[in-house]
Amino acid sequence: MTVSDLQRERLAYKRSRARRSTVVALLSTVAFAAVAYATVTGAPGWPRVRDSFFNVGVAWRTLPGVLEGLWLNLRVLLVCGVLILVLALGVAALRTLRGPVWFPVRALATAYVDLFRGMPLILTLYLVGFGLPALRLTGVPNDYVVLGGAALVLTYTAYVAEVFRAGIESVHPSQVAAARSLGLGPRRTLRLVVLPQAVRRVLPALLNDFVALQKDCGLISVLGAVDAVRAAQIEQARTFNFTPYVLAGLLFVLLAVPSARFADAMARRAERREGRR
Amino acid sequence: MRAPALILAVTALLAAACAPADQATPTPTRVDGVACTKDKLATLTPGKITFGTDQPVYQPWFVDDDPTNGKGFESAVAYAVAEELGYAKTDVVWTRVPFNAAIQPGKKSYDADINEFSITDERRQAVDFSAPYYDVDQVLITLKSSKAASVKTLAEVKKVKIGAQVGTTSFEAAKRLSPEQDVAVYNTNDDAKAALRAGQIDALVVDLPTAFYITSAELDDGQIVGQVPGGDGRPEQFGIVLDKGSPLTGCVSNAVESLRSKGTLAKLEQEWLSSAGNAPELK
Repeated sequence: MTVSDLQRERLAYKRSRARRSTVVALLSTVAFAAVAYATVTGAPGWPRVRDSFFNVGVAWRTLPGVLEGLWLNLRVLLVCGVLILVLALGVAALRTLRGPVWFPVRALATAYVDLFRGMPLILTLYLVGFGLPALRLTGVPNDYVVLGGAALVLTYTAYVAEVFRAGIESVHPSQVAAARSLGLGPRRTLRLVVLPQAVRRVLPALLNDFVALQKDCGLISVLGAVDAVRAAQIEQARTFNFTPYVLAGLLFVLLAVPSARFADAMARRAERREGRR
Repeated sequence: MRAPALILAVTALLAAACAPADQATPTPTRVDGVACTKDKLATLTPGKITFGTDQPVYQPWFVDDDPTNGKGFESAVAYAVAEELGYAKTDVVWTRVPFNAAIQPGKKSYDADINEFSITDERRQAVDFSAPYYDVDQVLITLKSSKAASVKTLAEVKKVKIGAQVGTTSFEAAKRLSPEQDVAVYNTNDDAKAALRAGQIDALVVDLPTAFYITSAELDDGQIVGQVPGGDGRPEQFGIVLDKGSPLTGCVSNAVESLRSKGTLAKLEQEWLSSAGNAPELK
């Protein structure tokens, strides 16, 4: 197909306008950055702030300790993450059971969610971490990482169970009716028809909780474990320099970026599958 | 040079003359060209001196978590320093400053912060320290029922699970023992005591006066294991923290030194830390 001169002219005009807006955006960004930079670095306290918060030498020296702490965060995150997904799905399934026979189970699941979603995580950590082993029962683990992980699982299972329940209840009853009419039993209906749709719908919320868990893993440090934030705090107390905190913060942000991109990709895939694109 | 000297002498005399009558005669000392008297010191509030300390604060450094009662070693030292600089007891103001806020680079909410801060060269990069007011030893404490109770040597200590409070030189001392298991780190000594009671750690490193207080008053079956050897042969010392480059540092240091030479520091130690005898050294 040949393009008319007029159309070619239109395209050239559009391109020139696009170039122009790119240049304007670039210039305004540079100008904004320059003003921000000058304001911050021109502040009278800037040299001390730079030395206290952005000290490259301190960052480099404290990096090994902080990384070692981050490794503990990662291991706790992965183990707890898997446990939470499995347990939360179980609790959500129990809460969505129909029929009067299941009332005690539903009530129990509801009570669990109410209790651990309402209880501040730090208190759960103290109660599980220092309270359980103080009972001196045989078989109760005494390791603070295990106990801290248990407290995280208790709290986050309650959050995530609610997310799953919202997803399950958002699937239209007609879907269940259709599945049942095809001859699927209640369990297979849940597994093959309801859950796949439910999980897709709540994926952004799930990843939100995952990133929150990523950061809260460090709270087990109140029980004695040395995670990335605690490692940074130890260095900060030794040197009276806050750079290790900035360093740990950056590492956590880097850790959260892949999760965010993964969530975006999954959301796009879901949109395509449902024919919205 | 004579004119400035004369002016200085006159101001010092005036300063002495202006001081209220109901207090000890202020020392007309000057450090780095600053007259160390109440009306010349550039404190946050003129005529008042603001001391900072954490919340809560513990025995035997403070009593009843109340720094204003003058009880406890550090509270007593603060009032003695203030008096040395010419402040009456009513001119001393206290403010609560968490550890991190005490050392941040911005504007300080205190003139001087007294809170068992150990003096290190590294920390001097960020804050000023006064002359040291106390030489401190670090000791290992445990429960009589713990396996750490029978430990006598440094070699045996390595087998013990040790804990300490974050940000303290007790934590550094715990690491110096190079135990086989990582040192457990707690927000406060209260958390560490909970972990000790729960059996999550076998022993806990604290400074000697705190050790005496914890083992005698707070733990039912507490016991001191022994003294942790010092780091590089130098004694560990507590200093009063001041803002980096504070005009008060010289005067506060001067006051501390003067209290030492008068024997006031020794007297206050005797009064508040007297139970802190000696603990056997781990070898």
